[in-house]
Amino acid sequence: MTIAAPKHPWRPTPKDLVPDFIGVLLTVLISFLIIAFSPLSGKLGFVVSLLFTAMVVSGVVNYIRRDRKAAFNAVTSVLIYITGTFLIIPVGSILLEIIAKGIPGLNWTMFIHDMSVTSADAPANEGGLLHAIIGTGYLIFFASILSVPIGILTGLYLTEIKGKFSGIVRFFVQAMSGVPSIVAGLFIYAVWMIQLGNQYSNIAGAASLAILMIPTVARTAEEVLKLIPPDLREAGLALGATQWRTVAMIVLPAARSGLITAVILGIARVAGETAPLLLTVGGADAVNLNPFSGNSSALPYYIWKAFSLGTDQSIARAWAGIFVLMALVMAFFTLARVLGNRRGRA
Amino acid sequence: MTTGLEARNIHAWFGKKHAVSNISLDFNQGTVTALIGPSGCGKSTFIRILNRMHEFIPTAAMAGEVLLDGSDIYQSGVDVTKIRLQIGMVFQKPNPFPSMTIAENVLSGLKLAQLKIENRDELLETCLRRAGLWDEVKDRLDEYGGALSGGQQQRLCIARSLAVQPKVLLMDEPCSALDPGSTLRIEETIRELAQTMTIVIVTHNMQQAARVSDYTAFFLSDGGPGELIETADTKTIFSVPKDKRTEDYVTGRFG
Amino acid sequence: MPTPRTITTEPRKSDRVFSAIVTGGGFFSLIVLGLISLFLLFNGFNVLKTEGLKFLTGFEWQNAIPDAGTPANYGIGAMLYGTLVLGLIALFFGFPIAVGSALFLSYYAPDWLKKPMVIVIDIMAAIPSVVYGLWGYFVLMPHAEYWAKLIHKYLSFIPIFDMPAPAYSRSPFIAGLVLSIMIVPIITSISREVFAQTPLDRIQAAYALGATKWTMIKAVVIPYGAGGVIGGAMLGLGRALGETVAVYTVLNLVYDIRPEVLLSAGGSVASMIVNKFGEADKAELQALMAAGLVLFLVTLIVNFLANLIINRTVRK
Repeated sequence: MTIAAPKHPWRPTPKDLVPDFIGVLLTVLISFLIIAFSPLSGKLGFVVSLLFTAMVVSGVVNYIRRDRKAAFNAVTSVLIYITGTFLIIPVGSILLEIIAKGIPGLNWTMFIHDMSVTSADAPANEGGLLHAIIGTGYLIFFASILSVPIGILTGLYLTEIKGKFSGIVRFFVQAMSGVPSIVAGLFIYAVWMIQLGNQYSNIAGAASLAILMIPTVARTAEEVLKLIPPDLREAGLALGATQWRTVAMIVLPAARSGLITAVILGIARVAGETAPLLLTVGGADAVNLNPFSGNSSALPYYIWKAFSLGTDQSIARAWAGIFVLMALVMAFFTLARVLGNRRGRA
Repeated sequence: MTTGLEARNIHAWFGKKHAVSNISLDFNQGTVTALIGPSGCGKSTFIRILNRMHEFIPTAAMAGEVLLDGSDIYQSGVDVTKIRLQIGMVFQKPNPFPSMTIAENVLSGLKLAQLKIENRDELLETCLRRAGLWDEVKDRLDEYGGALSGGQQQRLCIARSLAVQPKVLLMDEPCSALDPGSTLRIEETIRELAQTMTIVIVTHNMQQAARVSDYTAFFLSDGGPGELIETADTKTIFSVPKDKRTEDYVTGRFG
Repeated sequence: MPTPRTITTEPRKSDRVFSAIVTGGGFFSLIVLGLISLFLLFNGFNVLKTEGLKFLTGFEWQNAIPDAGTPANYGIGAMLYGTLVLGLIALFFGFPIAVGSALFLSYYAPDWLKKPMVIVIDIMAAIPSVVYGLWGYFVLMPHAEYWAKLIHKYLSFIPIFDMPAPAYSRSPFIAGLVLSIMIVPIITSISREVFAQTPLDRIQAAYALGATKWTMIKAVVIPYGAGGVIGGAMLGLGRALGETVAVYTVLNLVYDIRPEVLLSAGGSVASMIVNKFGEADKAELQALMAAGLVLFLVTLIVNFLANLIINRTVRK
């Protein structure tokens, strides 16, 4: 007797794919015919007729080969594949546009100049976004300082104290992540400017961003802390350590890289926020090194302003700014993923 | 006696692991065949190959043939959903659809296969009667299936399998999650069903195998892939088995 | 009969301090949410008091002109209506794509495609709204205007597709399209989370009864996940209602309630706040605070309901 080899008879063989292949050919052919001989025209017309024909052809092919049930299954599959494609198209378009329109506006001098002496219609290679980068740096730094302790404390409350209010706290953290960013800006304006009589400043912007950042940090921190095995805590307590020492010396160090991921995800969430900054940092064209007072800018603000000025040169600046902002956001984002994966979580 | 379902030289793999080796078995129409053996011997894997549920595990592979009325169910171009309509399956844990009423559960197979439902009420009653559940649920067919007891739920699942009129019914430890009373009720049901169809039942309960089956197949793994040690009519297996290992197992010396 | 002893632990001082601090941190979100309502209410109170219910229904936004003797008149009715219209358009396009994509990822996509697609969805969620806004303005708008013309051409017998004037740019339709892309990642990830929890034994039961992939999904996955998916859609709606910069970039704000969605005239409370904020005097600022309060409460309620539904179905 020969030794049997593992087979996968349920996987389609090349022969099985023949009807599918014919179906695809037929679909493309019919779409071209529709475009040629009907009032539909152009790219949109082609896509629409392609999708429509794909559904009809797959339905008919499967009806002939199998039955009504198979035809129904095939049509819905095509529909589901179409929605998957529709999800990718806008992201692809956005990333391509950012690269196509952003790169021409990039130059090294923009990282060492601000816009204080550059007019809106000056050539795009004049001026720069140093002031915006410094502003965004300050914003990220202070927003982190304000939100990270709160976020991690919230995570600890949900995983270590597990008080009877855990459900409520978790619920409010979820609700807080739905606060519109403009409302966060209005709130800080009401407290910091109206109530306390301060001026526009980076710290006010950072406070509004912190409100948006806390829920992200808290929820990620909770998830990370939940993954710490409970016997690690019990081991600490069984050695006679207090809860506080167990958390500080065992739980938090064990969760360190996960908590860093939480912080980075929070930063990625707020680094591109624009609306609250419009109400809190005031905007500026020059570098402002003092984070506690005076108008300043930030990358999203810079983009917004360049877009609003509306000249060709300033719109080129806006796209270059978007490129830099997206590079920053994607860098944080990738960092969070890499750190997250290293801990063995996808 | 006609052969309803035949397994020819069946092998199964999960990734590199060879789980079942070279099993050939005939399942005759109108009989109950019990697959027994200690856990990990491949009997569940084998039964799932018989109606092509094996392939849902991503790393799974197999070799051999399963013939239903003489034609291979693994042949390329075969409509797998039609195969599963003819070879029904009842699982270890009762799993009625919670979003459906008792009646909808019974008829769900027809809806899932997009078949026309004729004589709804008649079909409903026949299936529930054959599953031995009719008298208990006839007045509450519009209640949800989740409200039934475990044993009733399992009989509902049997009724659900019957509605599409399969030729073969596979049962993968159908009583292991049930109490002894419910188990007896299901065993009665199995005996009655066997008059009209082929039944294959996996069980780790030897008394159950002795009570319900006409034929018994003993599976064993010695650390390698599961193999078929011995098959014969149930009386023989439990009284005068040929193989020493079978004797050890049925007399409870191991396993 | 021995009576059970009660075990008492006297927590150490350090633990009590620890517990207090952590609890304080935990309640911070609750406190912030409370403070937001308080401060917005406090600052917008005057306007709310003088305008009354008219603040929600009126659609005039007029500063006082002391010389002419006209009093201030603030109402956000048109903007609220516009916000709702945008949310519905966003859901109309975004919901099917998001749920379809979640089904695609869970049951259709080949393994090699899943990971890249999840990354794409994560990227979608990470793109800042100002980027969506500029992309919508420069890239999507020219296409969307053409689509709008086609819709008008063939469907203008439906009143909402009527056009009193041929102005197709910066319409609620286009802003809604941009929003629909922005809310897809939220709905998709929640839906995926729900679908992933569909009990395997029910899926197998369906297949064992001869189900096709689609009939299985219809009978098992959708009934199981419906609640969570609806909750996800509401989270998406909440995001759409509160979106500011992207909408402001692509929408022409007009203080009027109009049924035509293809026309270059729409409303959005959040965008209006940005629009009016720059030149607002003290009274108008108070009106903006009141508008912010309304927006905050509306999104809070939508989010509350969404999370209630999701928690009930998913995170049991």
